[in-house]
Amino acid sequence: MPPILELDGITKRFPGVLANDHIHLTLEQGEIHALLGENGAGKTTLMNILYGLYHPDEGRILVRGKEVKIDTPSQAIRLGIGMVHQHFMLIPVFTVTENVMLGEETLTRGIFLDRAAVAARIRDISAQYGLQVDPDAYIKDLSVGAQQRVEILKILYRRADILILDEPTAVLTPQEVEELFKVIRSLVARGVSIIFISHKLKEVMAIADRITVLRDGRVVGTTRPAETSPAALARMMVGREVILTVDKQPARPGEVVLDVNDLHVLDDRQQTRVSGISFQVRAGEILGIAGVQGNGQTELVEALTGLRPIARGRVTILGNDTTRATPRHVLQSGVAHIPEDRQRDGLVLTFPVADNLVLNMYYLPPFARGIRIDERTVFASATQRVQQFDIRTPSIHTLASSLSGGNQQKVIVAREFTRPIRLLIASQPTRGLDVGSIEYIHQRIVEMRDQGCAVLLVSPELDEILSLADRIVVMYHGKIMDILPASQATPEKLGLLMAGVREG
Amino acid sequence: MARSPEISQARVSMWQRVANAMALPVLSLLSALVLSAVFILGSDLKVLTAFSQFFSDPARALLTAGKALADAYGALFIGVFGDPAKIFKEVGEFFATGDTQGLAIAFYPFSENFVTATPYIFAGLAVAFGFRCGLFNIGAEGQIYVGAAAAAFVGYSVEGLPWIIHAPLTFLAGALAGAFWAGIAGFLKATRGAHEVINTMMLNYVAFNLIHYLLNGPMKRGGAAGTIPISRNIVESAYLPTFFPEPIRFHAGFIVALLVAVLVWWLLFKTTLGFEIRTVGANLHAARCAGINISRSFILAMAISGALAAMAGAGEVMGVNHNLAEGFSPGYGFDSIALAMLGGGHPLGVVLAALLFGTLRNGATKMQSLAAIPIDLVSIVQAFVIMFVAAPIIIRRLYRLKTEVGGQMILMRGWGD
Repeated sequence: MPPILELDGITKRFPGVLANDHIHLTLEQGEIHALLGENGAGKTTLMNILYGLYHPDEGRILVRGKEVKIDTPSQAIRLGIGMVHQHFMLIPVFTVTENVMLGEETLTRGIFLDRAAVAARIRDISAQYGLQVDPDAYIKDLSVGAQQRVEILKILYRRADILILDEPTAVLTPQEVEELFKVIRSLVARGVSIIFISHKLKEVMAIADRITVLRDGRVVGTTRPAETSPAALARMMVGREVILTVDKQPARPGEVVLDVNDLHVLDDRQQTRVSGISFQVRAGEILGIAGVQGNGQTELVEALTGLRPIARGRVTILGNDTTRATPRHVLQSGVAHIPEDRQRDGLVLTFPVADNLVLNMYYLPPFARGIRIDERTVFASATQRVQQFDIRTPSIHTLASSLSGGNQQKVIVAREFTRPIRLLIASQPTRGLDVGSIEYIHQRIVEMRDQGCAVLLVSPELDEILSLADRIVVMYHGKIMDILPASQATPEKLGLLMAGVREG
Repeated sequence: MARSPEISQARVSMWQRVANAMALPVLSLLSALVLSAVFILGSDLKVLTAFSQFFSDPARALLTAGKALADAYGALFIGVFGDPAKIFKEVGEFFATGDTQGLAIAFYPFSENFVTATPYIFAGLAVAFGFRCGLFNIGAEGQIYVGAAAAAFVGYSVEGLPWIIHAPLTFLAGALAGAFWAGIAGFLKATRGAHEVINTMMLNYVAFNLIHYLLNGPMKRGGAAGTIPISRNIVESAYLPTFFPEPIRFHAGFIVALLVAVLVWWLLFKTTLGFEIRTVGANLHAARCAGINISRSFILAMAISGALAAMAGAGEVMGVNHNLAEGFSPGYGFDSIALAMLGGGHPLGVVLAALLFGTLRNGATKMQSLAAIPIDLVSIVQAFVIMFVAAPIIIRRLYRLKTEVGGQMILMRGWGD
């Protein structure tokens, strides 16, 4: 039997870039084939070719042994190929049923939408593949994980049996990832074939039948989880030895830098999201805040950085009361902030790299002289920092939007770490980044700690917390479950605390 | 070493950027002129009758159509540049006799372009400035009137000052009034989250009716006994100077407008305040995280926008009308919204777009008198230009332009943000 899908010698050139270089890839029926590679390795380009969004310059695509030409996504769907994009293509104010039928509406009497029939089929598919979704729910009311199931439903509804999942776990909580994996396994058990795009080694090791690694547009190799290890995969991805565990000395904590006392914070809907939290961060230590996303971490960070009013309690930074301080005041008191959503909060994507590098320093000398901005200094400093932090950009005048995620994050790090700072508040600093960038950012954070900076690290990724933090705070429903030294923390222990279970 | 290739690359891309930025408006204008031709032909009775016999006499139909178009656009040309023959003759006359009167008459049509462009530059800068902060100031028309009223008041009530003090004072009074007027909307946005589109629009009505009241009450010429709703003339020391003999109305306002455009460019792109305003406009969240005071930026940007719009009104009062009358602005403030979009929200673009709008409006007058084509046609041309600029995909498809790489400037935000 021929493979259900075969890519043969696919080549795609963009001006100045060879995005895909004679790529060969086969997908067997009922297989989970992981496509692993750093950002910019050519994974997404390859999948966009397969989905009819780009046209290959060379090469053939064979579906079930027959050569096909795919010019549009609708042709791809007719051939049974469906794609779940990293950013969902759903309409929040429509119901699940309406979203699923969008573009392929079933009608009664020629003009009326037959929602009932579609909903019935959705229930069928849900039951068959174990995809729990309420057809009548509105998308905006669903969790991210459920929205992703709707995307998968959309594809199954169109009777596609080759599924491309583009970084499906990037937006999910650990629990949701587990659920997704269950869904994937039940899909495969029923004959669906899956291409799983990722740059997370552990996930790929856990779910894939075969793994193909891409680097610089070329296939580096294809292997099986049993025959490889995360370290070997990382080496294939990056092309050099990668240190997956962070190498650090024991912390030497100094004076208290951040002192949080009985903090209460409300969200935009006046719901209490942080209730009565107290902790301290000392100079030269990394305090990790673990917890499933949405347990008040976002509000906590916003409150500490002056972005959200504090309902009750007291925050002091280096002895100065910053409970009512403005964001600028907090920044000026020596705080660096790496926000959790870098494109929304950390950068102005339509500004050049140089401007983004002074986004919170433009008004200070030497960048400003009176009300004038001294461009020469701004550019010189940008050029210097681009080199120092190894930001891969064609020029300091390139817009931040055209940088890869890792390099965007490096711009933020370069900006924050070159200010005189005493406290670093880092919110999910490696979210969505590739292995090489994660390694880099982690090393920089530890470096800052060793230089005597206090670090507050917020991350839902247990691995990140465990490898970086010196002490760990676990948050659950806006409260602190426990504060424990890293030496006493295990993934199991933290996992229970994150789920709100206290031992003994 | 490391810097030189970087800079040369930036230069190249800058020229490319300019070429890219220019391609769209220019092609839009061209397409608009072609499309408007359809309207010229369709509204011409002779063309229609000739076309009704198209199959018996196709040559005549095409000739009539060609002549109608030539007449219309010829008149537009003369309206814009003046009559070349006349200019040629009068220049000869001037060298022979030294008579400037004829020369002035010959160059009058051309000079009018700049007179009309002047309020467009100010008002266009106003709207563009708002865009840069993510604010949609559609109240420029009202701010023009408020500015004109304040300028008129200072212009006629203060007497005995030398020109060098009185004229700037009058202009400044107008600008401040506009700043205050638009500042109200900025203040409400910053403190109460009230959408500036609604508030500037509503403040327009307040402004129009305020002017109506003033011109029928306190500011009415001749007091209660006066018959027409028009203010007293301003004192000559508040005039913006003119440079050429009658009937040329070209006045210093145009030069001031160009200087203000440079100032706005400098403010936006070279100062900390401009950096703040552009950051707020480009990404509100990042601006907040960077410690920028959003409320302050909103209020300041709106006030500056209002001041710029009001300068258009003050300029008209001080340079052209020398008094305040109802309806002196034929909608400069509303046209300027389209104009600012055409200019891409950039001061240089605004100046170019304002020259285009001034030219079109000025040429239209001639088109009406020479070719009997309704002045509204120019509004049609303008409307088409705007539609093409607002829907760039049409032009890009039509002329196979490459899609823009990188982010386009966001001119305004949605209602939800």
